[in-house]
Formats: sequence, C-alpha cells, structure tokens
Amino acid sequence: MSIQTKKDELIALTEFVLAEAKKQGASSAEVGISRGDGLSVDVRMAEIDKLEYHRDQGIGLTVYFDQAQGAASSGDLSEAAIRDAVRAACNIARYTSEDDCLGLADPELMATQLPDLDLYHPWELSAEEAIETAISCENAARQHDSRITNSDGASISTYSGLNAYANSHGFAAVRASSSHSLSCSVIAKEADSDGMQRDHWYSSSRLAERLASAESVGRQAAKRTLERLGARKLSNREAPVMYIPELASGLLSHYKSAIGGGSLYRKASFLVDSLDTQVFPEFMHLHEQPFIPQGARSAAYDGEGVATKERDIVKDGVVQTYLMSSYSARKMGMQTTGHASGVHNLTVGSTGQNYQEMLALMDTGLLLTGLIGSGINGITGDYSRGATGFWVEGGVIQYPVEEITIAGNLKDIFSNIVAVGNDWDDRIATRTGSILVEKMMISGE
Amino acid sequence: MNLMDIAEASLLAPYELDTSKLDKVFDHLVGPKTDLADLYFQSKRSEGWVLEDSIIKSGSYNINQGVGVRAVSGEKSGFAYSDEISMDALLASAKSASAISKAGQNGRVKSWERQSAFKPLYTPENPLDTLSEVEKIELLKLADTTARAASPYVEQVIANIVAVHETILVADHNGHLSADVRPLVRMSVTVIIEKDGKRESAGSGGGGRFGLNYFTEADRIKGYVDEAVRQALIKLEAVDAPMGEQVVVLGNGWPGVLLHEAVGHGLEGDFNRKGTSAFSGRIGEQVASKGVTVVDNGTMVDRRGSLTIDDEGVPTQCTTLIEDGVLKGYMQDKMNAGLMGGKSTGNGRRESYDSLPMPRMTNTYMLAGEHDPQEILSSVKNGLYAVNFGGGQVDITSGKFVFSASEAYLIEDGKVTKPVKGATLIGNGPDIMNRISMIGNDLELDGGIGVCGKAGQSVPVGVGQPTLRVDGLTVGGTAG
Repeated sequence: MSIQTKKDELIALTEFVLAEAKKQGASSAEVGISRGDGLSVDVRMAEIDKLEYHRDQGIGLTVYFDQAQGAASSGDLSEAAIRDAVRAACNIARYTSEDDCLGLADPELMATQLPDLDLYHPWELSAEEAIETAISCENAARQHDSRITNSDGASISTYSGLNAYANSHGFAAVRASSSHSLSCSVIAKEADSDGMQRDHWYSSSRLAERLASAESVGRQAAKRTLERLGARKLSNREAPVMYIPELASGLLSHYKSAIGGGSLYRKASFLVDSLDTQVFPEFMHLHEQPFIPQGARSAAYDGEGVATKERDIVKDGVVQTYLMSSYSARKMGMQTTGHASGVHNLTVGSTGQNYQEMLALMDTGLLLTGLIGSGINGITGDYSRGATGFWVEGGVIQYPVEEITIAGNLKDIFSNIVAVGNDWDDRIATRTGSILVEKMMISGE
Repeated sequence: MNLMDIAEASLLAPYELDTSKLDKVFDHLVGPKTDLADLYFQSKRSEGWVLEDSIIKSGSYNINQGVGVRAVSGEKSGFAYSDEISMDALLASAKSASAISKAGQNGRVKSWERQSAFKPLYTPENPLDTLSEVEKIELLKLADTTARAASPYVEQVIANIVAVHETILVADHNGHLSADVRPLVRMSVTVIIEKDGKRESAGSGGGGRFGLNYFTEADRIKGYVDEAVRQALIKLEAVDAPMGEQVVVLGNGWPGVLLHEAVGHGLEGDFNRKGTSAFSGRIGEQVASKGVTVVDNGTMVDRRGSLTIDDEGVPTQCTTLIEDGVLKGYMQDKMNAGLMGGKSTGNGRRESYDSLPMPRMTNTYMLAGEHDPQEILSSVKNGLYAVNFGGGQVDITSGKFVFSASEAYLIEDGKVTKPVKGATLIGNGPDIMNRISMIGNDLELDGGIGVCGKAGQSVPVGVGQPTLRVDGLTVGGTAG
C-alpha cells in the first residue's frame, strides 16, 4: 500500500468518526488516529536478547455537547469499535460540567499551510541486519577495554507511522514520520574493586543514514562508562555547575513547564505573571523553529490543528510568550500560541564558547553529566536532584563524582546562567550547548 | 462463572478461538529449541473523571485489547503482538515471534489443563459498574467541598478517580490455561493553597483492587483531603533543608519507597541473571543490618500491588528477599528463573499485551521491629525526619538511588521541630541497608497509589515499612 493510500485511509476514518459524533448529537468533535509499525532488537553478550515486532494503532477522540466534553480512546479501528468509542464519549459528556473555556481552538487559527517537513524515512531493516549491527555495536564497546566486564546490551530500533488529526472545523491532516535509534550500555569494573559502573550512549535520527556508526556508538558507551570508574563523593560546597547539552535541555524543560498554560492558569508555577519580565540574563535567547526539515519536533500544526509559527520564546533574557493551548489561553483571557503539544524545536543562542572553553570559563566546579530523581517543586521552583559528573579544577577534569545532590531554586539558577556553549548535541531536540550556572549548592559528605 | 469461564467467554469465544485453534498457533510458535512460549490475551476497560475549578471538567473511557505472542529460547525472546484478536493475527504473530528459535512442526500441546486451583485475592466484579455516573461525580464534588471547607487558604482542588477492569488469559506451551479478572481503582486529591502571597500544593489518595464504593465509606475522602491540606500548609512554613550526610528517620508506610529503590529493583531476577546488579551473586551474604527482613508479597487481599496470578499464569507468593539482614532470594519470572536454575516466584509482570513480561515487584515491605517510633526519634541528637516522599529512582549497577522527600522535619535534640523544604535523599543501596540501626514496631503499607516504571513499562505496586532510623544518608538541601 502506498503512503498516500494509507494517509487517505486514516483521513477517511477521521471523517467517519466526526460524522458518527455528529449523528450521536455532538455539537463538535476532534479526533486523533495513529498507526505505525516497527522492529526492535536487543542483543547482549553478542547474542540476541529480544526480537520485538511492533504494530500499533489507536484512536483518541473528544466530543463536545456545547461546552461539556467527553473523551474516549481505543486500540480497535473497526467501525463498530469506533461507534462504541463515540457512544462512550457522548455518554461521558452527559455528566461533565459546562465550561466556557472548553471546545475546539478557534477556526481562524487552523493551519492552512502544510509544508512537507521531510519527517518520513522508513527503514527496511531486516531482523538479521538489525542483529548484526547491534552485535557489532556491543562488540566495539566490549572490546574497547578489558575493564568493560559486562554488558547491558545494545539495541537497535526503527519505527515509522502516521498520525492523523481532524476536527469539525473541517481541519484534517496526516503527518508521516519515522524514528530510528541505536544504543549501547556497558558495565565497567576495576580488577581490584567490587564497585561497578554503567553508562550508555545512543544515536537517533529520522533517517537511518544519519545514525552514527555502530562502532562509534559502542566506543562512546565504553568510553563514558570507563570515565565513571573511581567515582567519589564530594564534601558539601557551593560551586559553579556546567550542564552538558543533554542536561541543559532538561534544565530548560523546567522553564517550558513553568511558562506552560496548564501551570499558569492554575497559578501552580514559580513564573506566574512573568510575561515581559527578565527571567534569564540578557544574553539568553530561546527561539522556536517548527519548520526545520527532519527536525525532531517539527510540526506545522499543534495537537488542536492550530498553525505553529517561528517565534522568540525568550529574547534578551525576557519572557516573550507563554506556551498555551486554546483551553489554557481562554482560562487566562489570552489566545492560544499553538503549543497544545509542546514546543516545536527550540534553539538556544550560544555565548560562543566551545566545550573546552566552557570548562576553562568554569575553572573550578562540577561538570554535570547525569541527573537522577525528580526533586522539583513547580510552584516554588525549589530544585534538588541526585547528580553524577566530574570535579573540574583549572578548567581540567580531575576525577569522577557520584552520590551527591545539586540544589537551588530554578529562578536563581536561570538568572545565574553565565554562558551557553556552542557544543550542540545533535541528538537532542532542544538545540543547546552546555549551560554554565554560576553557583549551586552541592551536597555530599 | 469462574475466572476461566469469564476469560474464555470474553477473550476466545467472540473471536471463534478454542484450544484446538491455540494448538495450531503453538505448532507455528514452538520449535525444538523453544524453552518457553505463551500467548497473553488481554482486554482492558478503564474510565477516569477529573474535577477542577469545582466542576467536572473531563471524563474519558478507554478500550484496550489484544494478544501478545512470545517464544523464548535460552536467553532469547521473540515477541510480536496484535491489537486484533483473531486466528490470522495469532498465526502472523507466531511466525514473527518464532524467528528467534526456528520453530518446526512439533510444537503441538499434548493436553490442555485449565488452572483454577488458586483462590482469587479480589472480586472479579467490574469496578466501572460499582457506582453510577452520578455517584462517581458526587465523590469528586465531595472532595472539592470538603477541601474548601477544610481551610480558607485552599485556592484550587483537583480530584480524579480512575477505575480499571482487566481480563487476562495466558496459554502456555505446557498446555496450561490460566485466567484472571482484575479490578483496580484509585482516587487522588491535589490542593493548591495560598497564604500571605505564598503558594504550595500537595496531594493524597488511595485505592486498591476493589470497587469504587471503597471511596464512599465514611471519612475516606475526608481522610485524603485533610492529608493533602495538612501537607500543603506545612510546606508553606518550610525552611531550607540541611546539606550533607545526616541521621535520617523515615516514617512508616509510603517511605517504603526507600526499600523499593534501595534493594527492590536490585533483587529482580533479570539483573541478577545478567550480573548487572549491585546485589548480584550475593545470596547468603549479610547485605543489611541484623533485624532487617524484607519481603515481596503478591498475596495480600485487595492490595494494589497484589495479583492472584502473575502475567505468566503463576500464582503469586510471599517471597523473602532479605531475612535478618541476609540476602535470601530474588524475584523471578519464568525465563530468568529457568536460566538461574530456580522457579518463578510469581513476579512475571507486564504492562500490557504489547510488552514482554519481566521480573517486577508486587507489594514490597520490611517487617516490623521492636522499637516504639517515639523512642527512635528521641534517639537522634540532630537529623532529619522524613515522612512523605515523591518518587524515587535507582541505578541498579552502581547501587546509587534517590528519593525525594516532600514532607520532612528537622530533628533537634531528639525532638521533631521545623518542617523543611523538599529535598532529594541520595545513597548507595547496599550501604544504606547496613546503616539501619533501629526498626519501629509500626509497619504500615501505603494507601494504594504506587506506580513502578521499568524499561518503559508501568505497573501498580505497593510499598511499606515501619519507622526506621538510618545512620547517614546524604540530604540534598541548601542549608550548610
């Protein structure tokens, strides 16, 4: 079946759902349908561990009876099952309350331009080929050093599928996308010590050709794991902390949550009423680019059909916009920003330093490479998390550290950012380099 | 009807499947090198309602069903699934899953045996039907009015209820057919309060394997509401948490998430078979202080973490993991038990038909000791008393684990004094277990809200413990 036929089939199903909702009395409705398949292979110690074939499909729909809503979801796309799901949603809507802020996004906001963002590159990966690649990835890690004594294995996976969204404004679209990944996790141990360390590396892309080579992923996993050997605790101290890009992206995700409409209208955010205020230093710019070809979060419309647009999220350190869906926007008397399904590709402006220059700028402090746990209070911004990384002196890594925590308040952490590197990690949807925070409390022994 | 009749009537009969058809599937699935093969049929219905701004804001109904097909040969698992239950889908899945073990035409099951000797730990009744829609909504509205009456500072109340009804049927290569019908309900109440321009939030809730009428019992909802409001008000008064290694007294009940992270995951069979856990190869060794006994018990009536049979059709049991500080055993599923020369402990669980089973916890807790909780607190000169936690996480290889205290107090001169802000506690599982110096006589299990995530799969679990004194755990505060 051609991709176009598959797309047409999903659109026809959305039309059926909307017609059925209308027939059952709904004043409006919206529906999302997804369908996809994939293969994932895990190997361990040069043998197949798991061979999994994925074939998923699902439908999620919401019906509105004036200002009351009901929702239903199902994994069965047969007409009978869809009818049942619509009936269940309609039944629920009889009992939910009227809420003026509910309903579809306004019709004039629907995306009208649907450019091809080049997100669909399925990979005809055979099980044999997958196994072979994963084994060579793991071998590269295991053969890298005799201190790599055990393995959690290597995995390769490919998935491609379609996502359709339609609503009773007449908006209907299907997005085809693919994602592929290769990862490896190994365990290292010094001969004269009981303690084991594990770390991993991965590569991911929408295009199979863009994946890093199996050998490089394996070697990098081994290298990172070996670097963890001999990790020690630190004594309590206040010190600068440099977040590697992967974790810098995580740090900025707390900002995204705090300016998210859902937290704001409930006043459950430490950034309530922060629009047009200075949250970051003046050199900080966060720019959203939804139309990057092959981008990890590229999309021409959000989860409500609203057109996305390129925009500044933060400019000169000042909050330019909240991230709202139509519901949260109405709750705040504002208009949706097309963020019903999050931010679409964020780019963080760099202050120009590469990785080494960032370390040199920090001079003495913690290079943060791992975070564990979820100690964040979204209302107050209080932040306390388990950490691993390296102690750095004179811009040079001294030794690995573990079993410590870093703590502070996100408001202070954001305003204490002193530099953003240009050492982008292409695997991460948020395009950011390392972020250096002037000071945080490090707790250890 | 017994459970097997219910399961066959809903998962096989409507799709014109019977044991002779399943025979044919096993023909295609099982080969000379297959050690284990099974079909997992599942049908799940769930319903959720949410109240916010004092109105019933949303409701949803979810239908999920399908079949997972697995063939295991040595350490290798082949797996495929379909969300359509049909002979065609089963045969196609069997073909994919068997690729791992090169199936031949010799997989025919000799005779089918319906397993029905086990005693159900919960009612098969559909919890979605235990209350009318109007009654479900009344529950949420009661939570709202109770919370707003409890304190003038309550600004927002978010309450939700979820009810799940699940029927499973497992058919394995030995000809065993096992079935279970599982109810699961949960209610949670979150309040946001504002006082003197400061805002805080806290939540509480509970549930288990029974009907929604559990929540209509006297003072049940008031209990959740009072607890959420109490915690939120305390947070408003909190001072900065201390830094560095502290003597920590952990409250009873939900703080048992410590055990779940510090030892529970590290004692799951798969990690130990692979030798990747900090506890690997240590059976028979003293891994915790004397007096520490930890069990995983899937057989507790009505509990959220309990299962009559696990997702491989094995009846759950109470497995002693650590006895008087000595490591006794691991939690096993069929595959890992087989590879390690043991038997499944009934811990083979999966999130759904579309995921492979693996060893998972059920209800994991420490048995009571002899100390009065007050005596434990009085014994501490200066330290931290942590009574409520958010989530936790562990690196089973290095043994490092964290859990986030959401309600904690300073202990000064043996007395509980000021509340402190939320802080992450970090330690090394095997070390911390050896630093438990006092065990309370007040064992309690959590209220029935635990969710455990592993390798992308979530399952409901229970945790519990008595009050514990731990002589040294790093507290991630900011006060030097």
